[in-house]
Amino acid sequence: MTEPLLNVRNLKLDIPVASGTLHAVRGIDFDLKRGETLCIVGESGSGKSLTSLALMGLLGKRIVRKADQMTFDGTELTTMSAKELRKLRGGRMSMIFQEPMTSLNPAYTIGDQLMEALLLHKPVGREAARARAIELLEKVGITAAESRLGQYPHQLSGGLRQRVMIAMALMCGPELIIADEPTTALDVTIQAQILRLLVDLIREMNMAMILITHDLGVVARVADKVAVMYAGELVETGPAADIFAKPCHPYTRGLLRCIPLPGKTERGSELGTIPGIVPSLVGEVSGCVFRTRCDYAADACRNAIPRHTEGAHTFRCIHPDGMRHAEEVPA
Amino acid sequence: MLQFILKRLMLAAIVALTVSFISFSLMFLSGDPAAALAGETASGEDIEAIRTLYGFDRPMLVQYWEWLGSALTGDLGQSYYFKLPVASLIADRLGVTMTLGLCGITFALLTAVPLGVAAAIRPNSFIDRLSLFMSVAGQAMPSFWFGLILIVVFSIKFGMLPPSGASTWKHFIMPTIVLGYYAMPAIMRLTRAGMLDVLSSDYIRTARAKGASEVRVLFKHGLRNAIIPVVSLAAVQMGFMLGGSIVVESIFALHGAGFLAWESIGRNDLPTVQALILVFAMFYIVFTFLADVLNAWLDPRMRSS
Ligand SMILES: Nc1ncnc2c1ncn2[C@@H]1O[C@H](COP(=O)(O)OP(=O)(O)OP(=O)(O)O)[C@@H](O)[C@H]1O
Ligand code: SF4
Ligand SMILES: [Mg+2]
Repeated sequence: MTEPLLNVRNLKLDIPVASGTLHAVRGIDFDLKRGETLCIVGESGSGKSLTSLALMGLLGKRIVRKADQMTFDGTELTTMSAKELRKLRGGRMSMIFQEPMTSLNPAYTIGDQLMEALLLHKPVGREAARARAIELLEKVGITAAESRLGQYPHQLSGGLRQRVMIAMALMCGPELIIADEPTTALDVTIQAQILRLLVDLIREMNMAMILITHDLGVVARVADKVAVMYAGELVETGPAADIFAKPCHPYTRGLLRCIPLPGKTERGSELGTIPGIVPSLVGEVSGCVFRTRCDYAADACRNAIPRHTEGAHTFRCIHPDGMRHAEEVPA
Repeated sequence: MLQFILKRLMLAAIVALTVSFISFSLMFLSGDPAAALAGETASGEDIEAIRTLYGFDRPMLVQYWEWLGSALTGDLGQSYYFKLPVASLIADRLGVTMTLGLCGITFALLTAVPLGVAAAIRPNSFIDRLSLFMSVAGQAMPSFWFGLILIVVFSIKFGMLPPSGASTWKHFIMPTIVLGYYAMPAIMRLTRAGMLDVLSSDYIRTARAKGASEVRVLFKHGLRNAIIPVVSLAAVQMGFMLGGSIVVESIFALHGAGFLAWESIGRNDLPTVQALILVFAMFYIVFTFLADVLNAWLDPRMRSS
């Protein structure tokens, strides 16, 4: 087996808040091989953005990050010097953010900002950087690329800005792209278009990607692996085919209420919604975090929860099959 | 950009024209100019004679038009007190005021902007508290009092700096500090607030995600955006300093235009006061215009609006 490109073990993120410590992410594990796509799904506030920012080393100063292991291509990220980390960021791993409208600097032309991404990492001249910027703008489907270089962000629509952000993330030909809900802020009509573009480019350039999305159709089509996040934990992870065919954790099944199948799920179908409230993550958190909303919760759910593993597919529940049988889901 | 400059230039011209008219009207608002000119002992006939001689009996707009014409050619009338052309009188004094104003704003910017940036990088740190203390003190302390303290310490106690006059650069040190210190608090608070706001913005995160160094993030991506409102503020303060240096000029006996204004008001020297108001207002307009252009250069969004 080849060494994974990204390997995360027991990642924890704590945020000091007025009423104590918010345990926003609590001991999550995942890994990713070169060229693979991992989709992280989960409802708002479950810690998806924090996790991706933690990988990039872009968390705010107040947030405390701890991990047993967090390696990129074999090098530990948590103990890396600021300078080494800067070389990775934008060079070998880059990120596309949720907010295209505000993620570009209003004071500089998009040409400047695109070229900066390359010039910071590669020993090339401005002419070469310019050529690369034009090449990538064309790749992300922007017409009249050359004349766009002199434009400022405010002259571009949200969709165009996100295309520019994608081009910027690709400037150095990174090995890993983290795309945090790259289309949520965009007009519904162009969401699918931009996502498809991103996915095609990732395939073409053979990059690994962590894609955070709410669009189950996209997950079904592009994910090699799926990680289901709930209230700061990965309640279920595994190969995409397994997760769709045999979702075990009750939360995952809630999300996939209509049991979408790869290729059959309609594009744009949203995650299912589950009634109930998410518990507070301030102070000690013990037992299963889903028990306030779970139909199968029992007293034992307050204690430590066993992990069930079958190959690469793993989930955490007191019930060995997460009460799958009770729902009569066809295997 | 050119279009933007032309638009602003036109706007500045309109404002200048309005201001000149107001400044001209002052002469009429402040009483009968003929009577003022004739003196207290003059008879009614004398006043009438002067009125016709100076043309005060003609319609106001006609007089304004004539006054504007001569003002544009550099003729601002005769000082009642000095019996000299006001234009040359002001030109003589303007050098001191301009020097003081430029030194003052430079001093203010050079101290306030770095302090504001430092305070924003580390909010609630020692440097943040120090700068807050300085700005509160700056706002609370009257200029004349601060000036006197400096004179007592540096001129009288240590004999390091001359207390009054304008003959060497040393004469300008204390006035610069007093005048600049007055402008500092606002610039510092605005820089701090702007930097704090900008540093928490998404594009700063993007810059970090690209692998930009911290210095590059702070200055190229951060300060460049945070400084935009500071430019406008500094321009307003610069205009204010030129006209408002009266107190500082009096403390340090710098005989600049501010001091002249103060004297002329006391002497009822209307043409001089009128011309000074006009000159100060023009400077104000010019600085605001320059700030607008600088802002447009810094902020591409402004160019298109
Ligand atoms: N700087 C912060 N200070 C306090 N709480 C924070 C901070 N950043 C994030 N959180 C909290 O951490 C939790 C996880 O946030 P995160 O942004 O990772 O969610 P998410 O899964 O990306 O949600 P969404 O789908 O809405 O983007 C949320 O409850 C949020 O309120
Ligand atoms: S551990 Fe208990 S509460 Fe949690 S998912 Fe399983 S049955 Fe539900
Ligand atoms: Mg998010």
